Amino acid sequence: MTFVLTEDQEMLRDTALAFVRDELPVTHLRALRDKGANGHDAGTRKKLAELGFFGVIIPDEPGGEHFGLVGLGQILEAQGRTLAATPLLQTALIAASAIQLGGSKAMQAEWLPRIAAGETTFALALDETAHFSPLNVATEAESNGQGYTLNGMKRFVPGGHDAEMFIVVARTFGEAGDRHGITLFLVPAKAKGVTVQELRTVDAHGAAHVTLDDVMVGPGAVLGPVDEGADVLEPVLDRAAIGMAAEMLGSSVAAFEMTLEYLQSRKQFGQLIGSFQSMQHRAAKMFTEIEMTRSCVAAALAAVDSGKGDVAELASLAKAKAGELVHLVSNECVQMHGGIGMTDVADPGLYMKRARVQEALYGGASWHRDRYARLQGF
Amino acid sequence: MAYDVTEDLDAFRVETRDWLEANCPPSMRTPMTDDEIVWGGKRGTFVNPESETWLDRMGEKGWTAPEWPAAYGGGGLTKDENRVLQEELRRIKARPALFSFGLWMFGPALLEFGNEEQKKRFLPDIVKGKTRWCQGYSEPGAGSDLAGLQTRCEDKGDHYLINGQKVWTSYADQADWIFCLVRTDTSSKHEGISFILFDMESPGVEARPILLISGSSPFCETFFTDVKVPKDQLVGRVNGGWEIAKRLLQFERSSISAGGFGGTGGSGILGPEEYAKMHVGTDSEGRIADGDLRGRIADHKMYAKAFSLTVQRQTEQAKAGQQVGHTASILKYGAAKMNQDRHELLIEALGSEALGWEGEGFDENAMKATRGWLRSKGNSIEGGTSEINLNVVAKRVLGLKDHQ
Repeated sequence: MTFVLTEDQEMLRDTALAFVRDELPVTHLRALRDKGANGHDAGTRKKLAELGFFGVIIPDEPGGEHFGLVGLGQILEAQGRTLAATPLLQTALIAASAIQLGGSKAMQAEWLPRIAAGETTFALALDETAHFSPLNVATEAESNGQGYTLNGMKRFVPGGHDAEMFIVVARTFGEAGDRHGITLFLVPAKAKGVTVQELRTVDAHGAAHVTLDDVMVGPGAVLGPVDEGADVLEPVLDRAAIGMAAEMLGSSVAAFEMTLEYLQSRKQFGQLIGSFQSMQHRAAKMFTEIEMTRSCVAAALAAVDSGKGDVAELASLAKAKAGELVHLVSNECVQMHGGIGMTDVADPGLYMKRARVQEALYGGASWHRDRYARLQGF
Repeated sequence: MAYDVTEDLDAFRVETRDWLEANCPPSMRTPMTDDEIVWGGKRGTFVNPESETWLDRMGEKGWTAPEWPAAYGGGGLTKDENRVLQEELRRIKARPALFSFGLWMFGPALLEFGNEEQKKRFLPDIVKGKTRWCQGYSEPGAGSDLAGLQTRCEDKGDHYLINGQKVWTSYADQADWIFCLVRTDTSSKHEGISFILFDMESPGVEARPILLISGSSPFCETFFTDVKVPKDQLVGRVNGGWEIAKRLLQFERSSISAGGFGGTGGSGILGPEEYAKMHVGTDSEGRIADGDLRGRIADHKMYAKAFSLTVQRQTEQAKAGQQVGHTASILKYGAAKMNQDRHELLIEALGSEALGWEGEGFDENAMKATRGWLRSKGNSIEGGTSEINLNVVAKRVLGLKDHQ
């Protein structure tokens, strides 16, 4: 079945929900922000590793059983509820997917166990402009006889300030915009010539600009086929979009629940504000959108695991719907809270700030609408 | 045990497949035009004679109502057997043998609330398509506020006497019987309503079709003047009709959502993206040349996909025994929005081709789309307005309170 979790997946979801409720409430993000941690949180990373959350889509042995992206989606939805800053999307989803889909046997043997154990963190270094545009890659990788020399600049790399390894999307042939000529590389953050400029972002999760200045890597650093790295990159980005959509669904649900509680407690004109029809209808519409988005996210997660259905179409559907949803709900959350929603002490603002980052990563709603139309032939 | 069930199902599938192969006439496996839809009833006509054969055979098996008990003429199938039957019907692209408010709304309610005698008397003729039912709910003064209805039903000892007026009675001019909400007590609003059944040929019943903006007349004004109704035709208890009424509305909203309003769906009309490519044109990459229109079509198609995934999710979760909650109202609201958006985009993409009303010079399908667009405006009004459905979600699902 597409929409019904297995017992194991249900247990994983319940564990994740309990964990974020007890260990990573919104106050945790607030405290990290207030002490200037900018998303660095070694304590949480250790706990996530103990729970086994980094290895959810990595089988114990090649070809073995795992919880699947459906399982990981439950965890990402849970962390979205409390806006938790974790390396899970970058490391447990993106890096684990990329290495499983495109990595050599040696690369898989070296990195998958370390990822599963939570011993390392990755970040995907892709964007070079202010907008998601995955083939718009100018960063050069020139063959130098013993390997490659990388030069270029990656902007707004999510998790880039906290990563030990980068998956760098570079160009070995052609021009920015070409599909052919893209190659992926594993590059240690500490490699000579790599400069990480930490960014303080509106959501307090942090990010980084990453500059590559004559960075030398060996031939073993190539992830996937030379020049045809887009064959790996595109399915990885679909999975990233689906995972992010799951996180956004969680954020939307939490912001909605917070709003609903306020509607049922705040009084004006001697009445609960939730008894006014203008509020009731907007709440009901948000709830309808949440239910519809949940169906899209669940279908997309399940399609990756089953290999049935069109993953690319469902990824764009899920990311676009979740983007519209979190945009709507975070705005309504601030508006329906009135003046208190404008204050830093209340949570609605945190949800709205995080929402805009979530919306932008791996393609906004309009990018995915355009892609959905293309895939459907119009 | 589980193994046996699967084996039985496999046998049932083989049996069903053989039976359909032998009994579903060839023309019943082709797309259906609107005028070939079979509504049954005494006044029912069959444009295609094979439709009658198909209805007779399916009705005899009880497969127009596969899960109703065989004692009432139904198929007596389990949920799993019915799933197999539906899969096999889809496999050969079989047309529905019967469209019927009796099957979709009244029958399920009578199964829950009717007495044994009423079930035996009314259900078999619904299954066979012999009786066509209409729904006497709305009144001129009771639309969204349905419980404000005033059609009076007086107890005259050995019979009831009904006086009043209904409106928006779908196909009242073609129906044989009506299931009707009437007021049996004026001292209480919700607790003064009863659910009663009577023959549309009873003296004192008059149905007048209403001409709609789309040019068609699917609804009637229906008048009752001193209509005598035998006492055994009241369902449930006197003044206990509101509960039945609400339950039946859920069946109505579910059947609307499941069909997504159908309307101008399968009858030769293309999707808005196809008409846009045809009439607006495409760029060098094959994209609709008007980027704004293209974006809105994509947005609509995504909404439609999200809607159908939601219907699918709720079906699966219900099967797995999970609580699905008051979802009928969400889906009714979504289906109306989806069908209206689709028709707006269709006529926008068709351009001046969509501005024809009748006669020569316009494409027949384009005129159908235009009529469908006008008809679709009723989607957010009929079966509970979108506003009422949002009220239901706000109050029953989200728990928001009324003014104190």
